[in-house]
Amino acid sequence: MAEFLQFFFSGLTVGAVYALVALGFTLIYNSSDVINFGQGEFVMLGGMSTVFLAAAGMPLSLAAFAAIIITIAVGLALHRLAIEPAGDASPVTLIMITIGASIFLRGAAEVIFDKRFHSLPPMLGSAPLHIGGAAVLPQSLVVLAGAGIIVVLLWLMIDRTLLGKAVVATAVNRLAARLVGIDTRRIVGLSFAISAAIGAVAGVLVTPITLTSYDVGTLLALKGFAAAMLGGIGSALGAVVGALVLGMLEAFSAGYLSSKYKDAIAFLVILVVLLTMPQGLLGKGKIERV
Amino acid sequence: MAHRLAGLAVIAVIAVLLPAFFPSAYYTRVATLVFIFALAAVGLNLLMGFAGQVSLGHAGFVGIGGYSVAIGATYLGMPTWLCIFVSAALSGLVAFLVGRPILRLRGHYLAVATLGFGVLVGIVLTNEAAWTGGPDGMTVPRLTLLTWQVRGADAWYWIAASTFLGGAMLALNLNDSPTGRALKAIHDSEVAAAVLGIDVSYQKLAIFVVSAIYASVAGSYLALFNGHITPDVSGFLSSIELAAMVVLGGMGSVAGSLVGAAVLVVLPQTLTVLHEYEHMVLGLILMGFMIFLRRGIVPSLAGAVARRRP
Amino acid sequence: MTILETERLSIAFGGLRAVDEVSLAVDSGIVFSIIGPNGAGKTTLFNLISGLYTPQDGRVRFGGDDVTGLSPHRLARRGLSRTFQNLQIFFRMTVLENVMVGRHRHEGAGIWSELLHLPSVGRCNRNTREAARAALARVGLQGGADQLAGTLSYGALRRVEIARALASEPRILLLDEPAAGCNPVETQELDGVIRSIVNDGITVVLVEHDMRLVMNISDRIHVLANGRTLTEGTAAEVRSNAAVVEAYLGAHGVSEAAHAVR
Repeated sequence: MAEFLQFFFSGLTVGAVYALVALGFTLIYNSSDVINFGQGEFVMLGGMSTVFLAAAGMPLSLAAFAAIIITIAVGLALHRLAIEPAGDASPVTLIMITIGASIFLRGAAEVIFDKRFHSLPPMLGSAPLHIGGAAVLPQSLVVLAGAGIIVVLLWLMIDRTLLGKAVVATAVNRLAARLVGIDTRRIVGLSFAISAAIGAVAGVLVTPITLTSYDVGTLLALKGFAAAMLGGIGSALGAVVGALVLGMLEAFSAGYLSSKYKDAIAFLVILVVLLTMPQGLLGKGKIERV
Repeated sequence: MAHRLAGLAVIAVIAVLLPAFFPSAYYTRVATLVFIFALAAVGLNLLMGFAGQVSLGHAGFVGIGGYSVAIGATYLGMPTWLCIFVSAALSGLVAFLVGRPILRLRGHYLAVATLGFGVLVGIVLTNEAAWTGGPDGMTVPRLTLLTWQVRGADAWYWIAASTFLGGAMLALNLNDSPTGRALKAIHDSEVAAAVLGIDVSYQKLAIFVVSAIYASVAGSYLALFNGHITPDVSGFLSSIELAAMVVLGGMGSVAGSLVGAAVLVVLPQTLTVLHEYEHMVLGLILMGFMIFLRRGIVPSLAGAVARRRP
Repeated sequence: MTILETERLSIAFGGLRAVDEVSLAVDSGIVFSIIGPNGAGKTTLFNLISGLYTPQDGRVRFGGDDVTGLSPHRLARRGLSRTFQNLQIFFRMTVLENVMVGRHRHEGAGIWSELLHLPSVGRCNRNTREAARAALARVGLQGGADQLAGTLSYGALRRVEIARALASEPRILLLDEPAAGCNPVETQELDGVIRSIVNDGITVVLVEHDMRLVMNISDRIHVLANGRTLTEGTAAEVRSNAAVVEAYLGAHGVSEAAHAVR
């Protein structure tokens, strides 16, 4: 039982990180039909920037804040300089552009930072809590709480503010949104900015547990995407559900089966979902299938 | 209308004359690598450029081709030259099994599914260390043809160049044939192709298998040429590089595949001083071309030349 | 002889019965038109007959054989061809290449001959090119064969699609709104093209909104409304059928039209 709970909490924690990446995907996909592979790099930038800024002397919370700002700037730049100029490109072209962007960001991180693993001090101390026989790091709870808060804030924004309505309108029908006066370019830019912020926060929160390095972005992006697909691309709730399921699948298979193939789970999930239920668990996205 | 093989003849002449200009074996090595990757790129071009089916996981087949040779020669005692054929057949089989379900997908769903496939191959190759040597890879015996053990960049240059020319010729022949037209039709409108009697799923699967075989042979050559192979050869980045070669050079252009391979193989070599910037440059190239020069180098040049003519 | 018939063909999307128990029979060698107001299910019916959709109920018989649910390419091999309402032209190819694709089911070259470009492939290419040119001539487009398809006008592209379908030497040709977007001159030319196609023994089934074309050229007209058959008959019979008029104009529209005539 203790073992089960152990895997449960670790699955929940990693699932929370995937959820933030998946939410970022969903937000951008909904407003612009772009599958943004740079999403993982946002997480990496959040963690790595904080580490290096703190090492340079900045107080930790300021460094974290600055890292989030930097990542938001990167997200906006990605939209303005790479996505916008592509105009009406096909989905595949757009994916390749974001893949190019993620490779570029990874390469830049390699040069600007370094190739080693880095950590951050945990926010609530490092003494593990004991819950039902499982040892849970306090940072895990921070990650879960953080993810939860972000999900709620996002929901409040979408549901309760005029800006949120504009985002939804853009997602549903871009042309119609423009016809009623919504500046869809700014809305898409905003969704990139928000996704970047979400990713950066995830990076800051999870680095004390999983460490960070210049190349954590790629795998995270792929797994976040798998989670979004599993939940149903286009559905924010689906993104969270899919991510938690994926996190659990990874933790339990690593624990009970083989930890070598932990990373393969996400890709198997991608293939299985695409081939059997492309709309995902809760999804309503457009599927192109013969 | 120029003969379909005219361009290829030009490339063949260049390929024959080029070694005379190489100051050292290093250049021969680089040129060999260009031809090997160009071979894989031509195969991928058949799939992406002609038939319009994107694959972001094709390095998976390169890996299968390379590791089958390594494992077959090292553990199963098979002669290396035979391994090349067996791995091609194996890759073809994998492509057939994987392709049937996957090719029902379109657009970015197909892209991600193929991506997933490629990464999965990489993960298996990394994990099954008993056979594959794990993340550090394994050594590969030298290619032996009858009694001649192929060593040295020069011999490999001719092998790689002639195989590329052969593969390119097959592709160009296919281009000017009913199947070539059928593939290009599928690219533009699957439904129209179907009502004209084209068995779309069969054609897509067939070209997927063919392109996998191209990649596999390239992978086998890579392993035998280098004498060593690591799982990176099958990784996400390698698949993206392959796709980038096709896109850069020009989708649907066989000559373009050579150009794309040349750019992406030579560039990191010229940037050895700036080796750290390799990924940044690759990312910039990919973004730049997909945003501004989507048609690729060769078609854009051809278009510019055509517009100049009175 | 009945070349094509459907028997209580039905399909529903979600809760909407797009085609509801439609039965029709087409004699060979005639022009058979399917008309009806927007949303009547005409294109859906075409898609069912040409294998793009699988019916949930009912049968399709072609040349006496039950072909229900066969995929489009199998139907094509049996001699059923069609054009599309929303132009499915191969824009990356030239006009000639577009029509050459239409010859696919008559090209027998095997993959190995193609890879090696054996003489048989060269011959096949030449025959295909000739047949394609002939098909283009039949629709009056022999001039622009080597132009990129994307440079042609809408009306011309419609004719390219017809030429492409003709190149496959069908027994029956389904034309989905060929006059859509055509000016009166182009529609007149289309009339001539369709007549010449029928003269060659090919049965034509037409979905069309242009009533003048339909009334002039059809041997039989089948009227659909709300997915169901309203009536069928000769042009004269259909034209004077009150129910047809009402379906197009609506009951209110009929009384308005009556006012207008007076």
